[in-house]
Amino acid sequence: MASLNKSAEVAGKDAGAERQKAMGLLAKASRAELQAAFGALADKPTVQPVRGPETGLVMVRGRIGGGGAPFNLGEATVSRASIRLDDGTVGHGQTLGTDGAKARLAATFDALFQQPARKAEVETLLDAVAARVAKEDAEKARQTAATRVDFFTMVRGED
Amino acid sequence: MYVAVKGGEAAISNAHRLLADRRRGDRSLPAIGIEQIVAQLGLAVDRVMAEASLYDRALAALAIRQSRGDMIEAIFILRAYRTTLPRFGYSKPVETGAMLIERRVSATYKDLPGGQLLGPTFDYTHRLLDPSLLGDETVEAGLEREEPGEAVMRVSDILADEGLVEDDGSLPDGHVAGDITREPLEFPMARDLRLQALARGDEGFLLALGYSTQRGYARTHPFVGEVRIGEVEVELDMPELGFSVSLGRVQVTECQMIAQFKGSAKNPPQFTRGYGLVFGQSERKAMAMSLVDRALRAEEFGEDIVAPAQDEEFVISHSDNVQATGFVEHLKLPHYVDFQAELDLVRRMRREYEAAQNIDLPEAAE
Repeated sequence: MASLNKSAEVAGKDAGAERQKAMGLLAKASRAELQAAFGALADKPTVQPVRGPETGLVMVRGRIGGGGAPFNLGEATVSRASIRLDDGTVGHGQTLGTDGAKARLAATFDALFQQPARKAEVETLLDAVAARVAKEDAEKARQTAATRVDFFTMVRGED
Repeated sequence: MYVAVKGGEAAISNAHRLLADRRRGDRSLPAIGIEQIVAQLGLAVDRVMAEASLYDRALAALAIRQSRGDMIEAIFILRAYRTTLPRFGYSKPVETGAMLIERRVSATYKDLPGGQLLGPTFDYTHRLLDPSLLGDETVEAGLEREEPGEAVMRVSDILADEGLVEDDGSLPDGHVAGDITREPLEFPMARDLRLQALARGDEGFLLALGYSTQRGYARTHPFVGEVRIGEVEVELDMPELGFSVSLGRVQVTECQMIAQFKGSAKNPPQFTRGYGLVFGQSERKAMAMSLVDRALRAEEFGEDIVAPAQDEEFVISHSDNVQATGFVEHLKLPHYVDFQAELDLVRRMRREYEAAQNIDLPEAAE
């Protein structure tokens, strides 16, 4: 029994890590990406609002010296929404910025992600977002790499 | 003293209508769009975000447009807007060591892991006006080069390996990070609160103070250990889920300033540090902030407090340009009654002065 509980706990943790990653990608998705993915759903879910969408602030923290004690750097706008699907699954969406509609779409996909039957559809969206973000990051990194200084030592004239 | 005066309503309303007219300017020119401001005046947007203490590029651009490019007015508008929003919580501290780097330079090491990455910098430009920007010439994309995939190591970690630099900056166990948006300023203040105030402080004010430390008013002999600019993840704990989620990324500029030594009988001499962290791309501000942070640690290091940049109350009380502009600019508001009182006073003093002169006259004649 104890081992059963333990494996359930591990499974729960894995599911948590998966969902955490999915929510992070949904926050990075553009509203257009989420809208297009919602439009492409063959069977559109019925979505009941639970909370929001609402826009507020999160105080962004830094650390003294980069790794020391935390301090409050300044706030950022954040929009969030929570929704419920017909079967009671609750989804949460939260993203930087003031786009409440995007937060609501993210919440919808978060709820669908928790439904085993619909998870694959969300994963298609998540893969596309992850690929787009990775491509943009790689391009930026390559552009930055082109500005890296290649030092060389001048050979002096005398022997 | 303020006394309510009526009669300005029509003038004020017409003045605001005229402001809107002048803001739009020549109607034969296209109106400037928010996306254009974000994309093409990005560093102005970043400054407004940093000093308004609110990260939102679109809203900062709107504030710049609304203020006709008056930066402090834009900062004021955005700062006022943030007071209308509820606070959802505090993020986990951003990990600047894991930054997606767009620029990183060090003045202390030529060769270091990750290298010197110049990024989109004004450094080494000739500061000559560029006539090609009068028009709309095609601009090529940045060149690309294979990225070596080498970790961009923090310079402070390189020095820390040898124990030659103080650690990142700890506060006593159980210390909860203070928040100047929630509690009134009280002096002396802990370093975390000072950093929050400096992060939103006026760039020009901090620049001048940082400059003053270089010119000898609180000498610290600093080196830029490194400046790095790039994006970091903002994560928020979600108690209802039992884990934290990423809300997206913000761009920040970080400066690690390395300053001269401190040691004691117990502790061997080591470099001290100043820290700067600012929203957006704002190297000048991050550098100035780190200089001022270091200068303000004078008491901690047992240094004589002899210069303005070391005076915590002076620096922190005057670094906020929204407060500063409010108090300076209020002087133009009606002070009619105040001034009448002063006018009466100076007239009375004048009468007394003249009376005294008349009494003195006969003596002078003798």
